[in-house]
Amino acid sequence: MLDTHPSVITLSDVKFSWTSGTPVLDIRELSIQRGEKVFIRGPSGSGKTTLLGLLGGVLTPELGSVSVLGTDLAQRSSAERDHFRAEHIGFIFQMFNLIPYLSVIDNITLPLSFAKNRQAAVAKTGRSKKEEAIRLLKHLELDDPALLTRSVTELSIGQQQRVAAARALIGQPDIVIADEPTSALDTETREAFIQLLFTECKAAGSTLIFVSHDATLESLFDRSIALQELNKAATPAKKTVEVPWCLL
Amino acid sequence: MSVMKLAYQSLKNRRTTALLTIFSIAISVALLLGVEKVRVEAKNSFTSTVSGTDLIVGARSSSLNLLLYSVFHIGNATNNITWETYQDLSSDPAVAWTIPISLGDSHKGYRVVGTSQDMFKHFLYGDKEHLSFVDGKPFNDVYDAVLGSEVAQTLGYHIGAQIALSHGIEKKSLQSHDDKPFHVTGILAPTGTPMDRVIMISLGGMEALHIDWVNGAPPVAAFAISAERARAMHLQPSSITAYYVGLKSRIAAFRYQRSVNEYRQEALSAILPGVALGELWKLVGSAEKALLVVSGMVVVAGLLGMLTTILTSLNERRREMAILRSVGARPWHIFVLMITESLIYGVVGTALGFAFTYGLLFAVQPVVQSYLGLHLAITLPGQFESLLAGLIVVGATVLGAIPAWRAYRNSLADGLTVRI
Repeated sequence: MLDTHPSVITLSDVKFSWTSGTPVLDIRELSIQRGEKVFIRGPSGSGKTTLLGLLGGVLTPELGSVSVLGTDLAQRSSAERDHFRAEHIGFIFQMFNLIPYLSVIDNITLPLSFAKNRQAAVAKTGRSKKEEAIRLLKHLELDDPALLTRSVTELSIGQQQRVAAARALIGQPDIVIADEPTSALDTETREAFIQLLFTECKAAGSTLIFVSHDATLESLFDRSIALQELNKAATPAKKTVEVPWCLL
Repeated sequence: MSVMKLAYQSLKNRRTTALLTIFSIAISVALLLGVEKVRVEAKNSFTSTVSGTDLIVGARSSSLNLLLYSVFHIGNATNNITWETYQDLSSDPAVAWTIPISLGDSHKGYRVVGTSQDMFKHFLYGDKEHLSFVDGKPFNDVYDAVLGSEVAQTLGYHIGAQIALSHGIEKKSLQSHDDKPFHVTGILAPTGTPMDRVIMISLGGMEALHIDWVNGAPPVAAFAISAERARAMHLQPSSITAYYVGLKSRIAAFRYQRSVNEYRQEALSAILPGVALGELWKLVGSAEKALLVVSGMVVVAGLLGMLTTILTSLNERRREMAILRSVGARPWHIFVLMITESLIYGVVGTALGFAFTYGLLFAVQPVVQSYLGLHLAITLPGQFESLLAGLIVVGATVLGAIPAWRAYRNSLADGLTVRI
């Protein structure tokens, strides 16, 4: 990218609330550098969904600015933000990432039809969309040709997540946002998946933002951010009060 | 992957409900098209029960009554026309041909029509078609009879069969003409007109049946005249019931009608059969409109069924929409995706409905033609059909805008994650 700004994402004095008066997100400052692998630890209630919505341009902050790749998203129209998201961000979600009625290849190449720059990035490699999808699958260790003909709903969850990763990575987006992508995987496949993700992000030159509540993964990343500490509006974890039996 | 292709793939994934929805639209469209087809053809067939005849002349009565007894053989004439009057009026220079008809006798409930050879030469029905024979030939002898197709089929008569006619038109006639039996010489092809239900004999035969009758009563045995003796007698009828007129030029129709209506010697009426048939159809044809309205409602029900199907699918497709949004689909993509689905339902449903209709037409046309004499013309879709197809597709799209708008709202609210 031509943008030489070292910071890929900059949040400053961002406030957001679903209903006015009760903010769910209040971040003074957050900066993520190009090429960084950032782990954001966020249990439920920490404002994780809201933060991802802001980064993806689905939500706009009430106050403050969300700057992604030098573009202040709050200043853009919703159509422009949609366009921006399509061109620069690849998403991987917790589960049910894939469109059930599309083939593996069609699922992976889906973002290309909404983002011309990513389509151009694939074209520059000299490979067809399908070849690029197969190349990514191979890198993610899903090179069994039988998989390609199978319906995505017949894949195991681990396989589905790797297909979703290939979709997020195709066309080399600047940012890959992964929202709990490993929570449905077992411990052995979890780390392998993350390592594959790292390798591919590095190859694509993408910044990786990895959101999870699983602190055991933290050590694999360049940097870890605890969202509860960052977000001043985070609701503290509820303390359970034990009621003695005799009072019931 | 275009949004259109996505919509198609998505429908393919839900093919059972999609196919059922398409079927229900197709069946409703086929029903409406079929009803309209039969309606139009029945009307055409009815109003062309008599075609090519310019006027029908009978004793003075209302045009409907004259039409009913002269064409449909329902009810009775108020009076007869004397042979002299018939001769006088048919010698008018404007007249090209006439067909006399004489009614009053029957056979097992079927009316006997005494007429002349001109019936087979000049009478036209439907699309200007002549009466044709499936078997045999026109009557020639005094005691020859030609049967309508229904008569022959119901009573099981073949060429050469001997039949005894009855006096009067009651099914169980007390007075039989069994002294003068008739021979079947010809059987007509089905016409889909009252001609299927008549027995045609010559005017001479009609006269021979009644030659020994006095004042409408059968002869006592001593004065009875045998069939063979009657044949040798002068069989000039003294009167006829009505006659059909073909003019040299249709321009003369009103002048001739007036000259008949104002005929001094006898009280007569002349009617334009096309006009009278049209009036009669208005009377009996209101049921067909009700049928058309009902089938229109079925189409509306089909489209509402489609709306229900799409609306119920919306909730389970919210995740699909969220995924599409996350890979870069704009909300209007979602709107187009949903409305494309309705468009596919509308277009495929309508096309399939047309296919059903034409398939059915091809299958039943020969059967309907031979059993009912109703000719269902297979033609390219006309104005009504095109308009209907357009309306259904537009209707489906307009209805489809409702779920499309809801999906659009949902996808704006849901963003990348589904909150339910």
